[in-house]
Amino acid sequence: MNPVNSLSGPLADPAADAGYAAGHPPRVGFFTDTSVCIGCKACEVACKEWNALPADGVGDHGAAGDVLGLTGMSYDNTGGLGASTYRHVAFVEQRVPARDSAPVDLGMPSTDLPGAVQPGADREDATEVRWLMSSDVCKHCAHAACLDVCPTGSLIRTEHGTVLVQEDICNGCGYCIPACPYGVIDQRQGDGRAFKCTMCQDRLGAGLAPACATACPTESIRFGPLDELRERADARLAELHDRGVGEARLYGRDPDDGVGGDGAFFLLLDEPEVYGLPPDPVVTTRDLPSMWRHAAGAALAVAGAVAAAFLGGRR
Amino acid sequence: MSAPEHRTATGAPRRRHGGGRGKGRGERLMVPEAEFTSYYGRPIIKPPVWKVPDVPAYLYLGGLAGVSAPLAALADLTGRPGLRRLGRIAAAGGATASVGFLVHDLGRPTRFLHMLRVLKVTSPLSVGSWILAPFGALSGATAAAEVLGVTPRLARASGLAAGALGPALTTYTAVLVADTAVPAWHEGFRELPFVFAGSALASGGGAGLLAPGDVTPARRVAVAGAALELAATAVLERRIGFAAKAYRTGRAGTVLRAARAGTVAGALGALASGFLRGRRGRALGAVSGLLLNAASAATRYGVFEAGMASARDPEYTVRPQRERLEARRSG
Ligand code: SF4
Ligand code: SF4
Repeated sequence: MNPVNSLSGPLADPAADAGYAAGHPPRVGFFTDTSVCIGCKACEVACKEWNALPADGVGDHGAAGDVLGLTGMSYDNTGGLGASTYRHVAFVEQRVPARDSAPVDLGMPSTDLPGAVQPGADREDATEVRWLMSSDVCKHCAHAACLDVCPTGSLIRTEHGTVLVQEDICNGCGYCIPACPYGVIDQRQGDGRAFKCTMCQDRLGAGLAPACATACPTESIRFGPLDELRERADARLAELHDRGVGEARLYGRDPDDGVGGDGAFFLLLDEPEVYGLPPDPVVTTRDLPSMWRHAAGAALAVAGAVAAAFLGGRR
Repeated sequence: MSAPEHRTATGAPRRRHGGGRGKGRGERLMVPEAEFTSYYGRPIIKPPVWKVPDVPAYLYLGGLAGVSAPLAALADLTGRPGLRRLGRIAAAGGATASVGFLVHDLGRPTRFLHMLRVLKVTSPLSVGSWILAPFGALSGATAAAEVLGVTPRLARASGLAAGALGPALTTYTAVLVADTAVPAWHEGFRELPFVFAGSALASGGGAGLLAPGDVTPARRVAVAGAALELAATAVLERRIGFAAKAYRTGRAGTVLRAARAGTVAGALGALASGFLRGRRGRALGAVSGLLLNAASAATRYGVFEAGMASARDPEYTVRPQRERLEARRSG
């Protein structure tokens, strides 16, 4: 176990790094392929049902909802991940240049109105709407800042390589919440403790897939051993690129990234921030050794200043 | 055009930010300003749930106690009973109130002892709890002995032990806030310990100016602390790039400007009080000491607010990360 590895950089086996003996289950995760997401929110509802979570208003996620709890953010009236929302489907409507559709002769009589677009003609600056939908979730980071900073040991790495809050330990200090570079974990109002996706730890033990992945009708959410998911994701990306979908990209797949690779990673069709994801997240504890050194230096300065103040005679 | 080309896409969620950067208005931009995009302007990271005044008070009181303890211990060794007595009481009172605020801020206050369930060096709050707990016990025992006038030898020993722990108490809180994804705090992780150290020295020394008898060491500590705080804050704002805007604008900017004015005035007053004899010198010293403490508390509150503002606005998270990414891509 390399102590430097434990804070940042590629990490082949987070569970082993946390002290699980050889022979522990493989690291599992989610691959969320947003190119096939239809925005049905089945994952959101399945998660609520399995984990017995209340519907929390958009106000709990910092979005200003109206009396009906509507955000005005397209079909997204959830707002974001939170203490009672472990899956969140984002909806983005974009105006994009219209694709040149093949001319179809409907055999109808046509009267050419001024400015009418001729079939097959150059549509110039015509636009159309593109939908982006993506089901967000806790990333179960290889280097999880929430876990690192938790002072009580409530947040742990499981044998499956995921990150879990032990609710009987959490004292609601709230440290994990601003530590997460993705804004996932949050404090539940009226309860005081921190909650987030468990990757259905209680299903994993019984050999079941998490509720969201089970419910997803388009297999946009895939669950499995992370190694397999990465292979499938690479294949899917190559397929989309072959088909000319140049904007497809993987997010959180790379073990060399700032969090050592996500346990839950994504195929996106635009920049991460369009979906509300940070473009280049870094686990804050990467810099912790340097932070402690600076704090030690400053503490020595305090000790030195106080001691020096007593030098010399009294007046 | 067979392959759909969507890179020029614009839509409701996009928010362009033309014009001004956080700093260097006169600078010529070498690369075109990156377009800033967000999901309906919503924050990317979750803003801390830490409450006001709990957490700023916890930061300030830890600093006050952490400097008062070594000040009292050395005052004891050098025969300055007034400074010793005041320092011991400030250390114990500050530590106790600090713990009180910390516990009050918990979502489950009855579980406060879970803080000492494990010791994790990766958690500044865990390390801090393990500094604060013995410090509280030692400074509390010292102050009790002082007030009751018993066991001066034991009080000297426990006071020295608390004094040795004190400096760590003043700076771990900087690591506590910096070890988060909050841009204004994390980006300042090198400077914040020195800002907090200076702020603590100014408040602890300032409190010492209220003591009867010779307060020369307290005056020196206060003035040195004020200078350190001002210098470290200036470096912080110059070095942390886009996040510096959070320290200059909004409520944080206003509070920090007031704090700076108070620190300068308090330090000058403390300095001047050393040249005035008798009653007038004492009075000026006391007023300056109180001013320095108000300024120190304001500094902590200002730093806290800067962090909150930078957490609420996604631009603080997105822009530096996007620029980092583009720089890496272009080699
Ligand atoms: S995404 Fe956030 S909450 Fe989830 S493991 Fe990573 S740091 Fe923790
Ligand atoms: S709120 Fe709970 S889970 Fe989060 S850091 Fe504190 S004790 Fe750990």
